[in-house]
Amino acid sequence: MIKLTTSRLLLASLILLLAGAAWADKEVKSGYEYVKDETRTMQDDDFENPGFLAVEQGRELFNKTPDSGKSCASCHGEQGEKLDVKSLARYPVYDKEQGAIVRLEDRIRNCQEQQAKTDVLAYYDHELLALETFVRNLAKGEQVNVQTDGEMEPLLKKGDELFHIRYGLIDMSCAHCHDMYPGQFIRGQRISQGQGNGFPAYRLDTGEMANLDLRIKQCLTLMRAEPFAPDAEESKLLEAYIMSRSNGLKIETPAVRY
Amino acid sequence: MIYINTSLPPVSRIGRMKIVNTLLLLLFASLSASAADPEGVPPPPEPYCKWEMVNYAIPESLCGLQGEAARGELIVSDAAKGNCLACHQLPIKGVEAYGTIAPPLSGIAKRLSEAQLRLRVVDSRHLSPNSIMPGFYRDPSLINRPGKGYAGRTFLAAQDVEDVIAYLVTLK
Repeated sequence: MIKLTTSRLLLASLILLLAGAAWADKEVKSGYEYVKDETRTMQDDDFENPGFLAVEQGRELFNKTPDSGKSCASCHGEQGEKLDVKSLARYPVYDKEQGAIVRLEDRIRNCQEQQAKTDVLAYYDHELLALETFVRNLAKGEQVNVQTDGEMEPLLKKGDELFHIRYGLIDMSCAHCHDMYPGQFIRGQRISQGQGNGFPAYRLDTGEMANLDLRIKQCLTLMRAEPFAPDAEESKLLEAYIMSRSNGLKIETPAVRY
Repeated sequence: MIYINTSLPPVSRIGRMKIVNTLLLLLFASLSASAADPEGVPPPPEPYCKWEMVNYAIPESLCGLQGEAARGELIVSDAAKGNCLACHQLPIKGVEAYGTIAPPLSGIAKRLSEAQLRLRVVDSRHLSPNSIMPGFYRDPSLINRPGKGYAGRTFLAAQDVEDVIAYLVTLK
């Protein structure tokens, strides 16, 4: 009996090992695995990681009381402790009321308009990025968990298509780099799988924070393409699709990336 | 002041906010575009010369121009121009970082003729439809969403392409 169990176990682990080897290339890997050692060290140290400046700035803004008297903290707690980290890990989500994809930055802007009744921060505004970084950081260590069925399924399919279309004078799709050549070098830089789990992240290249939407925009600009407007449907579809590819990866916000 | 206030329709708070947001966005967009700009100045606008593919090669030089190998060597390593080194290894001294995604080009002229090289630089899509390699003289009308200032342009000017070909044929 014991022997049988052991041999079954052995067989099972052998099958797992073989399967693991066959899938090794397809394994979903965080951008963390592709950056240089010193970049990883920088990310891992909360004092060295410049992204934590954004987290702290975000925390202040979260507690800042507008004229309406209602700050983010009024509802969600001074440290955001009343926010459900599992829900945060679901973003971007499909919002039934709006009938559209809502990203974390969209949700914050909705809150500013409808709850705090204050001026809505512009997309890519430093303060909005800081707020998004603070909120997403609350879910650090949670697994990205974007919905892939129901209303999201056809939307993610559209995002998938956008991921495979060529853009700009350099005429490449996202997939050309991030599906075909991750791990290879473009000049001195290693190509990642283009995962979203670290965003908003501090970018060494720009010396600034970027959320996933801004990062996509920066990529498209590099392709000498016309980027999509931050609130364009394409931006939301692409971001939702890219984040869904990261399902299962741990949220690292604020990551440090090239 | 009073005159302006009475003659203009009242701008709602949200309307004003929208204007401010748009202005901010425009400001930011222009800032970030210059920050993230691929260090390149777009090639000078020039009329696109149609070229003809014969037997998977382009025998005639683009616009009938003559290339110069020395200029070509500069263009292939210039990140704002050809930037061939981004993906290919090339036998050029003093270069520290090469890309690893495309084949090394040492000895390429032993394997391919000038006309074959020209098609690969101009638009390698004719040989490999899903290639990552940009077409350096691809028909501008085929480009999806060219960025501001890039519409109607080719990646490299015809002269630059001919210079690169003149350099590549020396790699024997």
